[in-house]
Amino acid sequence: MAQEVSEKQMKITARGVDVFYGEAQAIKQVDVDIEDHAVTAFIGPSGCGKSTFLRCLNRMNDTIDICRVTGDIRLDGNDIYDPSIDPVQLRAQVGMVFQKPNPFPKSIYDNVAYGPRIHGLTGSKSELDGLVEWALTRAGLWNEVKDRLDKPGTGLSGGQQQRLCIARAIAVQPTVILMDEPCSALDPIATATIEELIDELRTKFSIVIVTHSMQQAARVSQKTAFFHLGDLVEFGDTNDIFTAPQDERTQNYITGRIG
Amino acid sequence: MLGISNLMPIIILGLSFAFFMMARSKATAVSNGIPSSLHSRPNYHGTLSFLWVLLLGIAAYLILLIFGSWFVTGSLLSQIKAADPSLADIQAQLVLSDAKAISEGRTASSVDDLRETIAGNYSGLSNLHNWSMVLIPLTLSVLGGFFQIKRITAEWRARNKSERIIRSFLFVCAAIAVLTTVGIVLSLIFETMNFFSNIGWRVDKYIFGTEWSPLAGVHSGTMDPDRVGAIPLFVGTLLITLIAMIVAVPIGLMAAIYLSDFASARVRAWAKPMLEILAGIPTVVYGFFAAITLAPAIRGWGEAIGLSVASESALAAGIVMGIMIIPFISSLSDDVINAVPQSLRDGSYGLGATKAETIRQVVLPAALPGIVSAVLLGVSRAVGETMIVVMAAGQGANLTVNPLEAVTTVTVQIVMLITGDTEAETAAGPAFTLGFTLFCVTLLLNIVALRIVRKYREAYD
Ligand SMILES: Nc1ncnc2c1ncn2[C@@H]1O[C@H](COP(=O)(O)OP(=O)(O)O)[C@@H](O)[C@H]1O
Ligand SMILES: [Mg+2]
Repeated sequence: MAQEVSEKQMKITARGVDVFYGEAQAIKQVDVDIEDHAVTAFIGPSGCGKSTFLRCLNRMNDTIDICRVTGDIRLDGNDIYDPSIDPVQLRAQVGMVFQKPNPFPKSIYDNVAYGPRIHGLTGSKSELDGLVEWALTRAGLWNEVKDRLDKPGTGLSGGQQQRLCIARAIAVQPTVILMDEPCSALDPIATATIEELIDELRTKFSIVIVTHSMQQAARVSQKTAFFHLGDLVEFGDTNDIFTAPQDERTQNYITGRIG
Repeated sequence: MLGISNLMPIIILGLSFAFFMMARSKATAVSNGIPSSLHSRPNYHGTLSFLWVLLLGIAAYLILLIFGSWFVTGSLLSQIKAADPSLADIQAQLVLSDAKAISEGRTASSVDDLRETIAGNYSGLSNLHNWSMVLIPLTLSVLGGFFQIKRITAEWRARNKSERIIRSFLFVCAAIAVLTTVGIVLSLIFETMNFFSNIGWRVDKYIFGTEWSPLAGVHSGTMDPDRVGAIPLFVGTLLITLIAMIVAVPIGLMAAIYLSDFASARVRAWAKPMLEILAGIPTVVYGFFAAITLAPAIRGWGEAIGLSVASESALAAGIVMGIMIIPFISSLSDDVINAVPQSLRDGSYGLGATKAETIRQVVLPAALPGIVSAVLLGVSRAVGETMIVVMAAGQGANLTVNPLEAVTTVTVQIVMLITGDTEAETAAGPAFTLGFTLFCVTLLLNIVALRIVRKYREAYD
């Protein structure tokens, strides 16, 4: 009974998730709970399956032919792999930001308006304008681009592009945002800006961030999951993981012995 | 002896190899067993001698071959003229060819004293010529070879020297390629000017005239500016190109979209090579397919619904030309669609877009410049295509935009002019002018297309 109560507060619950690429198993029996209005970090050496697991949460793995996902993943208690669920609608609720900034070769405005337009979120042009401004403001980009909304998004700097991608994602009004190493292509100053932004976005969204920088995980997250060779080794409060890791592998990783 | 002079290129090549070996072993000897004491490795010493021997020998041989026979003919002709000043040029040449025949033991058209004397002189001179073609190149080669070998020391920069020679040789090859192109374009321009001056510089009549029958007045020695109007040709070409593009662009583009975004790896693996096979079919095959299968079929369908269709129609030629261009458009478009980064597609899927929305709103706009240039290249192929239209479109210079009638194109008219009965020199004027027009149009299309492609490449790199 107590179990059920705690699950109710969770945004996403994953139980016994296995992922295969063809014959090769990339993820083994992973159980994770993603808390609402918190930042959850996935850390671990590269190739351990962080991205693979992240992509299960919005069914992006469906776009890879050879990828097969089993197990139980629930968003607000609903099984997202249920046949009645349309992955396209799921992705409107669970937004995603990628490792390399990937703005569309369109204007800044059209980049942000892309999602609202395909989902028909706004009735009028002025409503859409308002939504674009809101998303760009939340992404901390509005002041930098408000005078050149019609300029191509690809003309922005790397950090601005990544914030544009965040704006593009939140414009669809998701409840969860997945970020796959969002700062790995950025310089330290742009990284700091994005980290501040993530902390702010926590008030409205649940955020899951993959990172291979442990400092970043320590700075931005409340919960941390450590993956190793497809296993979820340890999952708990970020503070605990970094100060008192239970597993030897976690200890070795955060002290720099494996990685 | 004649045999030897013909074998000279091979002999010189053999000699070059011999000097290569000699130079190499001398260089090895000079190094005293310490290879690093040489500035250039022995092979480079060998190469330098090889190149010297080869180039000296071949150059001398070619010069003697060309100028020698020119000199022999010239001096004999002047002897003939001196002996009998009353002979005209043509007659003197006849005497000379008789004399050659006599000296080589063939039958001459007639035999007289003059011919006998010249025959004697000819065999003497050509003997001399042949021997000089053997001895002079050989001497020069050997001297050059020994000169190079003598220069071999540890410090001798054989590598730099031979590289410079090779570089010059490559430059000459590149120059030949460029110069022939320039030459062809210049002769096109020259013949076009010539044609325009024949019609009294009425370029407007050519570009805007509606009657094409350029050879109608040539027997009286003039060209009638009123009958060199190329509009029917331009219209015919445009009509057929338009039909071809209406067939090729949608099908080619859809095929490319299917192949790049929907087909499984297995389908792709056989569909792509199939399309490439389609691209490899010679156009003459498409041509008779159009003429023998499609044109009568179209005619039959037309008659079935009460339309009168010519037995050769723009429609048949255009459709088949479109089929020919499909693989061209689809394979170029497939390339540009594939070049749109997967990350853009992922970005779109990640926002909850469907596959169709992603393709229409992200992939195609991003690939559009490349697709446009693929279409332009397709147009330039259609405009220049010849075999299909020769067989299936008709020959009469009809001014019509009805696709069910026979029309003619620029390329068809060029073929007709050049293969027709009229002597080449007269027919060349209008043919070259049409060719030049075609050249300008396709050049323009290609330049625009390549520009677009280049701009587009920069956007992702
Ligand atoms: N599209 C794919 N096809 C096949 N194997 C994949 C694919 N993507 C990832 N993998 C494999 O799955 C494993 C986990 O990869 P990934 O999730 O990208 O790791 P991480 O993000 O932690 O670096 C790796 O062994 C990788 O080779
Ligand atoms: Mg990854």
